[in-house]
Amino acid sequence: MDHAHALDAHAAHAAHIDTSTGLDSRKMAFWGFIGSECLLFGSLIATYMAYKGKSLGGPYPHDVVINGVAHEGVFNIPLTTFSTFILLMSSVAMVLALNYTQRGERKLSALWLFLTAFGGSIFLGCQVYEFTAFVVHDGMTLKSNLFSSSFFVLTGFHGAHVTVGVIYLLTLATMAWKGKIGPEKSLNVEIAGLYWHFVDVIWIIIFPLVYLIR
Amino acid sequence: MTSELREVAHNQHTHPTNRFYLAIGAALIGLTVLEVFGYLGETKEILGPGSATAIILFLSALKFLLVVALYMHLKFDHKLFTGIFVFPAMLATLVIGSMILLFGPLHGTATAIQHPTVEHGETAAPAGSPAEAPAAH
Repeated sequence: MDHAHALDAHAAHAAHIDTSTGLDSRKMAFWGFIGSECLLFGSLIATYMAYKGKSLGGPYPHDVVINGVAHEGVFNIPLTTFSTFILLMSSVAMVLALNYTQRGERKLSALWLFLTAFGGSIFLGCQVYEFTAFVVHDGMTLKSNLFSSSFFVLTGFHGAHVTVGVIYLLTLATMAWKGKIGPEKSLNVEIAGLYWHFVDVIWIIIFPLVYLIR
Repeated sequence: MTSELREVAHNQHTHPTNRFYLAIGAALIGLTVLEVFGYLGETKEILGPGSATAIILFLSALKFLLVVALYMHLKFDHKLFTGIFVFPAMLATLVIGSMILLFGPLHGTATAIQHPTVEHGETAAPAGSPAEAPAAH
């Protein structure tokens, strides 16, 4: 189906909903929530960027040479690249879950929802491993310097959102597996998808700004 | 028509195929790989810091647009949803840009540390300095 038909169908759909906007209120409210989350993460990213490179002492994010002495950076780029890959794949699983829900294929819907939550769990596992390595191996805690404070707060908030998402998805997957979520309730899955994709979008911004750009 | 029936009718008309979503997923992975190549290019000094940053930011913006437009269905949904998302997102971008400018080029002297600049753009404290002291001013 081309985009023009899709737009027509959406416009027709919107025209039949009996709300003041003609749009579904739950979806409208959720987009409002996502907008507020943009501002939350915007402030955290702004703080990180403002303090970037302004720490008086180590640990440092990337390898640096200071007064002729080489200091090893704390970031493990291969690990973070792997967790980024997993999070992106979980977003693919999420859209497939929504597609199967809308088609009424309940078991496949439940399966892909479980896989999405599983991807989120692997991402969280990588983050726990990374944080543990920072604390145990590099001695970097929340109080070490400006970099560590702003880094832990930013990525920690994102991790908390992923945790909430995993719980949300596991709940939905269980309901779908029990046959309680069919095409008539696909908006529940669509809203969960919006949340999950938003968490993914935030990571798409954090990964280059924090890890890749020196 | 009940809301549940409306959803069924809505779903029968508007959503792309699994193959389409998988293709977008493959594109996202490809762009991420290119981002990491940009990082490696700077590390190996094949790319300058400025060009590596520009490349990585461009690729990141592409990924952002793909997910928001296609996975979050903003391209297909009502324009009001786009407005509700884009306005705060632009406001957040403005805040980030303003903070970078304020703590960097516009007001750098207030927050800069008066120590030798070291390789890779980090600023370092001399040996024996306190781990975290207020910025010199």
